[in-house]
Amino acid sequence: MTKSKTAPVKGAHPTRREALKTLAIGGGAAALPLWARYAGAQTSEPIKVGFQVHRTGIGAAYGRWYDRTTTAAAALINEEGGINGRPLEIVAEDDGTDPKRGAEVIEKFATQHNCDIGFGTLFSHVVIGSAPRAGELKLPYFVVSEGHHVASGMLNRYTLQPGITDVKSQVQAMAPFVADNLGKKVTMIFPDFAFGHDHRDYFTAAIEAQGGEVLEHIAIPPTETSFTKYFPKIPRDTEVIYHVMVGPAVLTFVKELGEFFGPQRPEMFGFIDSLEAVNIGSPGLEFLDGTYFWEGNPRYAQDNQSDYDAFFRERVGVDANGASVSDSKDVSTYAHMFGCWETLHVVKAGMEAAGYQGPQDRPALIEAVEAMTGLPHSNAHPQGAKIFNGKTHQVFGHQYITKVVDGKLLLVHTTSIEDTFYPDEVDYTTQAL
Amino acid sequence: MTTDLKKSLLLHGAVLAVLFASQFVLPAYHHGNLARVMILASYAMGYNLLFGYTGLLSLGHALFFAAGLYGMGLAMSQFDVGAGPALVCGVIAGTLVGAVIGMLALRTEGVAFMIVTLMFAQAGYLTILYFGTYTRGDEGFVIAQPDRVLLGLDLSDPTVRFFAAFTVFCIALIMCLAVVKSRFGKVLIAIRENEDRTQMLGYDVTRYKFSAVVLSASLSALAGAAYGILFGYVGASFASVQYSIFPLLWVLLGGAGTVLGPLIGTLFMFYLIDLSSGITTAYMLIAGVVLVLLTVFAPQGILGELRRRVWKWLP
Repeated sequence: MTKSKTAPVKGAHPTRREALKTLAIGGGAAALPLWARYAGAQTSEPIKVGFQVHRTGIGAAYGRWYDRTTTAAAALINEEGGINGRPLEIVAEDDGTDPKRGAEVIEKFATQHNCDIGFGTLFSHVVIGSAPRAGELKLPYFVVSEGHHVASGMLNRYTLQPGITDVKSQVQAMAPFVADNLGKKVTMIFPDFAFGHDHRDYFTAAIEAQGGEVLEHIAIPPTETSFTKYFPKIPRDTEVIYHVMVGPAVLTFVKELGEFFGPQRPEMFGFIDSLEAVNIGSPGLEFLDGTYFWEGNPRYAQDNQSDYDAFFRERVGVDANGASVSDSKDVSTYAHMFGCWETLHVVKAGMEAAGYQGPQDRPALIEAVEAMTGLPHSNAHPQGAKIFNGKTHQVFGHQYITKVVDGKLLLVHTTSIEDTFYPDEVDYTTQAL
Repeated sequence: MTTDLKKSLLLHGAVLAVLFASQFVLPAYHHGNLARVMILASYAMGYNLLFGYTGLLSLGHALFFAAGLYGMGLAMSQFDVGAGPALVCGVIAGTLVGAVIGMLALRTEGVAFMIVTLMFAQAGYLTILYFGTYTRGDEGFVIAQPDRVLLGLDLSDPTVRFFAAFTVFCIALIMCLAVVKSRFGKVLIAIRENEDRTQMLGYDVTRYKFSAVVLSASLSALAGAAYGILFGYVGASFASVQYSIFPLLWVLLGGAGTVLGPLIGTLFMFYLIDLSSGITTAYMLIAGVVLVLLTVFAPQGILGELRRRVWKWLP
C-alpha cells in the first residue's frame, strides 16, 4: 500500500484572482465534451466491445432488443466514467443468426476491429459455432445465450456467460412449483430439436425428483405448421401440460390447443421464449388466460417492482407493459435482454478488477471474472442477485413464474438461487489461458 | 502441348501461386477469410462439376456438404477417430450419399431433378435434427482443439489452417481441371449441350451423369469435412436449404462451367456481404442490387463473361 501525498498549501485564503482562475478552469472542464473527461486515464482510447447481434435471420426480434439494451447499458457506463476511465465503444456486426457468419464476425472483431472482447449473442448454434474461433483467437467471448453449452464444458475458457442463467438451471427450478401447485402428472410438448430436447431431459429428471412423472413426451417436428393431430396423444389423466414452442407457429399452437380442450383444460405451464416480443393480449392467445409461464425477468412491472427494475426500464425505454415507450406495439424480449445489460456491467467490473489496459490483459480479465462470486441486486443487476461460478463460467440467479391474468403476466413465484444449482460439469480454470 | 493448354496451365498455376503467397502478405483478418473462402470455393467447384459442366441443377448439395461434415464429426465425437481417418470418413460418407441420391434422383430430369434433390436435402436436414442425441440437432457440436491435429500439425493454428485449406483447394482445382480436360469431361459437356444427341452417339448418358453426381458429392463432402475440422464446428445449419443455394449463387456469379469461376464467385460474394455490412445494416439490399446488376450485365458470370469476350481458351 502506498501513502497518498499532499501538495504543500500555498495559502489558507485564496486571492480573488486565484478564485476566479479556479472557477474558470472548473467551468471550462464542465463544458468539455464527453471524451475529454477520460483524459485522466493512461489512454483515452475506447474499450471496444464487439457485439454479435442477430439483426437478420430467425433471431432478429431478439436482436433488436439486445441491441437497444446494449446501447443503453453502454451509455450508462460511459456516463458513469467508462471502464478504467476509458469510454466504452460498441462495435456491432450482424451475425445473421448463422453460426458460420457468427464465427466470421468473431474473427472480424479480433483481427480487424481490434476489439478487446466479443459479446452477444442469443441463439445457441451461433454461440457454439463462434466459440471455437474466440478460443483460438484468445478473445474473451461473453455470451447472453441461456444455453447450457457453456456450463456443460463443450466450449472453452475464453467463453463466459455471467449475465444470464442457463436453460438447465431454469428448467429444474420450475419443477418444485409445478409439482406443488399444478400437478404431478405432466405431458410435455416441445420442438423436436436441441432446445426442446434440453427441456425434455432436464425437466423430466427434475419433476421425477419431486415425486412427479412425465406421462408423455410429444416432440413436434420443427417444420410443423398445424398441431391438432398431436393433441390426442395427450393422456387423459394429464394434470399439467408443459409446453415450450419456439417460432411463429406458437400462435397456431395455442389457438389449436384451445380449440382442442375448450373450457376443460388441464393446468398449463410454459416458457415465455415462444412469446417473447409477442403481445400476450394478441387475438388467439385468450386460451392462455390462467396459465403459468417461466420468465427470466417479469415483462410487466409488478406491484413489488424494485427500484433497479424501474431504472432499467427507464434507461432501455420499456414501459410498464414491457413494450417500447415509443411504440406500445413493439413488445420487448424482456425475459432475456437484461442479460446484455448485466453482462456489460460484469465486463466493466472485471476489467476494473484486472486493471485492464489492452489485449495483453485479456487473460487477467478472464481470471478476474472467474474470481467473481456474488453479484448483488443493483442497477448493474436489475433482474436480481446472482452467484457466478468461476469454474463453469455460468451465472445462477432467481427465476420468476408468472400467471396470465386478464391479459397480463402477474408474478406468483420467485425461486431461490439455490433452486437453480446443479453439480459442476466442467472446471474451465484448469485450461490454459 | 497446345497454346491454349499452356495458357490455361499458366493461369491456374499463377492463381495457385498468388493464393500461396497470400499466406505471407495478408493481414490476419483477410488471411482467415481466404482460408475459409478456399474451402467454400472447393465446395462450389464440386457443385460446378454437376451444374456448370453436366448441366444438372441440384438444389440439394448441402446434403453432400453436410454428409462430409457429419461423417467427419460423428466419427470423431462418437468413435474417437483421429483427424486423418475422420476426414476420410467424411469423404466416404458424402460419396455414399451421392451414390444413393444419384441412383434415385437421376430417374428424373429438369425441374423434377431440382425438386427431388431439394427434398432429399431437406430430409437429410431433418434426419440430423431427429438424431439429436448424437448430432446435437440444430445446436451442433464443437470439435475440440486437441482433436484437430493432423500429422502432428495443429489445424487450429492460422498458418496450418491456411495451408490445409490451400491443399484442399489444390486438390479440387486439379481434379476439376483433370476432369474438364479428360474424355470423361468432354462427354459431360456434351450432355450439358445436348443430352439426346450424346445418347444417340452411343454414350451411356445415365452412367456419366451418375459419375458426375458421385464426383460432385465427393468433392462437396471433402469441403464439408475440411470445414468442420479446420473451424471446429459441426452444425445442422450447414445442411439447411440456404447452403444448397449458396454454391449455386457462387457458381453463377463466378461463371458456370469455368474452373476458376467458383473461386471468384465465392470470394466476390464473401466480400460483398462483409464490406456492405460495414456500411449499412441494410447490407442485404446492397448485396441484392449488386447481384441483380451482375446478372443483367454479366449473365454468364464474371469469368464466363471474360471467356466470352477475351479468354476464349478458358476451361
